[in-house]
Formats: sequence, structure tokens, C-alpha cells
Amino acid sequence: MAYSEKVIDHYEHPRNVGTFDKGDDSVGTGMVGAPACGDVMKLQIKVNPQTGLIEDAKFKTYGCGSAIASSSLVTEWVKGKSLDEALAIKNTHIAQELALPPVKIHCSILAEDAIKAAVDDYKAKASAKVTELSSS
Amino acid sequence: MTPHLPIYLDYGATNPVDPRVAQAMIPWLTEHFGNPASRSHAWGWEAEQAVEKAREEVAQLIGADPREIVWTSGATESNNLAIKGAAHFYQSRGRHIITVKTEHKAVLDTVRELERQGFDATYLDVLPNGLVDLDALTAAIRPDTILISVMFVNNEIGVIQNIPAIGALCREKGIIFHVDAAQATGKVAIDMQTLPIDLMSMASHKTYGPKGIGALYVRRKPRVRLEAQMHGGGHERGMRSGTLPTHQIVGMGEAFRIARLEMDAENARIRQLQQRLLSGLQDIEQIFINGDLEHRVPHNLNISFNYVEGESLIMGVKELAVSSGSACTSASLEPSYVLRALGRSDELAHSSLRMTIGRFTTEQEIDTAIALLRDRVARLRELSPLWEMYKDGIDLSQIQWAAH
Repeated sequence: MAYSEKVIDHYEHPRNVGTFDKGDDSVGTGMVGAPACGDVMKLQIKVNPQTGLIEDAKFKTYGCGSAIASSSLVTEWVKGKSLDEALAIKNTHIAQELALPPVKIHCSILAEDAIKAAVDDYKAKASAKVTELSSS
Repeated sequence: MTPHLPIYLDYGATNPVDPRVAQAMIPWLTEHFGNPASRSHAWGWEAEQAVEKAREEVAQLIGADPREIVWTSGATESNNLAIKGAAHFYQSRGRHIITVKTEHKAVLDTVRELERQGFDATYLDVLPNGLVDLDALTAAIRPDTILISVMFVNNEIGVIQNIPAIGALCREKGIIFHVDAAQATGKVAIDMQTLPIDLMSMASHKTYGPKGIGALYVRRKPRVRLEAQMHGGGHERGMRSGTLPTHQIVGMGEAFRIARLEMDAENARIRQLQQRLLSGLQDIEQIFINGDLEHRVPHNLNISFNYVEGESLIMGVKELAVSSGSACTSASLEPSYVLRALGRSDELAHSSLRMTIGRFTTEQEIDTAIALLRDRVARLRELSPLWEMYKDGIDLSQIQWAAH
């Protein structure tokens, strides 16, 4: 299967590979997919509590070149965005940017799911903290 | 032509035509183009002579009588002719067929087609090493079983089945025994004088001959009958009509002649290369060899690199022409059904690489492959959340994954 130049670029030079401390309150972690399906994406966002903006993002992905490229691209896109702006990133944008063939569309869907999961995780942590503060 | 073609480690998919074979073929395309079925002039006679000489060569490699060799277009057609032909001919005796889950699609889909026609089929599981469990096979035999089909050498994992024992069982029960030997000719010694095989499929292009030609061995003593699947001029004793492609047949004959003469020396050399490849990789953490290492052709090494997805690994080693399964299934996203049949987890089945070595593979190529694989596996594991979790001591089987 021939990959697009952008997929190859992200695959060969993945952006923002790594891991933040999961326990950090400013970090939201999303892990989606399943090994049995051949793709697992872990996306982490680091949010500035003052501005509410995503300051940094990191990923690790087990999957094909398109899955790696989709998650690498997403780490670039979410940086500097608010949570709502990040949630507005759709799989169609990712698929279009990377020129994914139809059999690889699920990789872009997974990347969109990873954003949602990371934002949900951050929000859950933040509201738990608020609850904690108000109850003490 | 593409410049800088990758190192070819996909001999299981196909082989280059040996230059000696190509040389032998050319005159039969240009100067000696006669139809071997033309009995009325010298053009036909010389073509017929060439075809018969090639038939003798194919027969000689497997210790058969030339009259037991039927030309076909390849192993897929041979499998179709053998399985459908025997099932149709012997259906008054019974309608049950046994085969194995790790067979090539050309066997599995043919048996499926017979099921659609009203036959009954059993698809046997294999042992974790890829070999057929003889007790399970014995238990699967019914009074109405007419045909058992088991491949000699597996195309994905290279394991050699215990053909003498399975054949003896078939003889004892009076069941026709078909063997797909596409991956076996020129790799393992085959002697039809002693092997209890009734029908055997062969391909030319896996033994350094041209694509588009193959043969089916059909035993004469005791005689095995087939119903033709291709009708026409009654060529090949009525079993397979169609003008014989002299040049292709000459090529297969020459390829099988070379295989007979050079097989022992070639296998010894290839075994050294396989050992070199294996010892260069085996200390990598969390790798698993798929298929039995002892009952295996030296040409094949199939390894799962845990926590690395196979397709991304293949993309990473673009300097190597390898596959994650058989060429016939590499377009699908499904993990290998052969590895699943061994009981490998989906993850390990998704993480496999098939490397197949052949006549023109060099030590330098093997060393390059080792260095590339070590580097890319390490790089992809740095990218892998599963590897990170494994390193953190997390049991991946205990995690509830969100299916998608």
C-alpha cells in the first residue's frame, strides 16, 4: 500500500512522542483502541489552569503508519487550543490532511476519540478537584 | 523500473526465474513455437518432445512416473482440480472432506465451494507448533470421509507436516489423500515411491521456474480418478484441456531439474543463513518464533515482535521486501488466520513478520536485515504505549480495552 508523503513524514519523524505524569492534575490522558484490533493510541494533553489552553501534548501509538501519523498530527493541532477548540477537531480533517485511503479512516476516528478521551479525563480530574476543594 | 529495490526476503511469495531456466525457455517462444498437440508436422513433434522431457524432469524430482504428471496453470488450479475432481468423482462413496485451518486459501476456498455444493467439511485445528494433531485427525475421520487435504510445507510458518503418517492413516481407511506441495518442491525430499500420497499439487514459481505453470501428481497405482474441471480438447488424458504452453513447461522442467541436482547443497547454505538471521535477532526481548523450529524448512522464519504492530514494522523496514503473512492476504487488515490457528493472541498475530530466504540471498543481506530490524523494532517500541505498559509491569490482559 502506498502511503502519502505526509503520513511517511509523521511516521519517520513523529512529533511529540512521550509521556507526561498521569497523576499531574494539569494532565489529561486518553487511551483508545485495543491491541486485538491492531491499534492503541495514548494521547496526553497538558492544560494551563489559568488560561484553559492546551500548552503541550504527547502521544504514543501502537498501530500502522497511518495510526502513528494521525496521533502525531493531533498532538501538533491541539497545542495552543482551548478544550472546546480541541474537541472541534474531526476525523475528516485528519483524514483529509493526511490523505488517508478509505481502509485507514478508522485511524483518524481513533485519533478523534483520543482527543475526546484526553479532554474528558482532564475535565473529570478538574471537577473532582473542585469537589474536593468545596467539601474541605 | 524502481531504483534501489529493497532486499528480497519474500521467497515464500514468489521466486525469480533462475537465469538458466529463462535461457532454456526462450527458444520455445520464438523459434520452436509449435503446438505440442499438432501431430501432423515436425513443429508439433519437437514441442511435444520438449513437453515430455519436462514432464520427466518434474516426475524425477518427486520419484514419480511421468504419466502421473498433469500440467496445470499453477498450484491454485492443481488444488482445485484435485479437490473438486476427486470429490465429484468419489461422491457416491461419501461426501465428507477433511482439511486443516492453516491451509492455503486455494484449498480452504475450494473446500468451502464444495460445502456450498452439499459436501460436508471438517477444518482441523493445529497444535501450537503448527503441526497437525494425528489423534485429532483420526477422530475426525467418518465412514463417509472420501478426501483428506493437508499441505506439505506451510506458506506462512514453513512447518513440514508429517505427511508419511497422515498418508498411512488415509491408506488404512481407504481415503484419498491430497497434498499441496507448492512450498515443498526443491525444499524437502519427496519420493512418491514411498510416500502414500494420491494427489499432489506443485507450482513452478516457488521453485525458480516461471509463474503461470504448475502440475498435479495423480497416482496410477493404486489408480486415482478425477472429474475434469476444464473441458475442451481432451489434453492431459482428459483431465485438463487447454493448449500446453511449451515455454512455460520447459521452464518448469528445467527449474525442477536444477532443484533435483542442487537441493541438498542449497538447503545447507540456506540453513546457515536462517541460523544467522535467527541468532542475530533472538536476544531481542519479547519475540516469538511462530511455528515449530525443527519440523520446518530452512527458508522460512516467522517472528512476532510483541508490542510492535506488523504493518508499521514493514513500513519501517522499507529497505526489506518482507510480508506480515502470505502475499494473498497482505491486502487485508485482518491478522493472519494461520497464526490465529496456532492459538497466538490477536496482538502477536498482528505483530508478525515473515522472512523467507532463497537461492540468491547473501550473508550481507541477512546482516543488513538484522541491523535494520533491531533498530526499527527498538524505535517503534519507544513509540508503543503497550511496550511502555509492559515495561511498567502492567498486565495487558487485565485491561478492559474499548473495542472499536
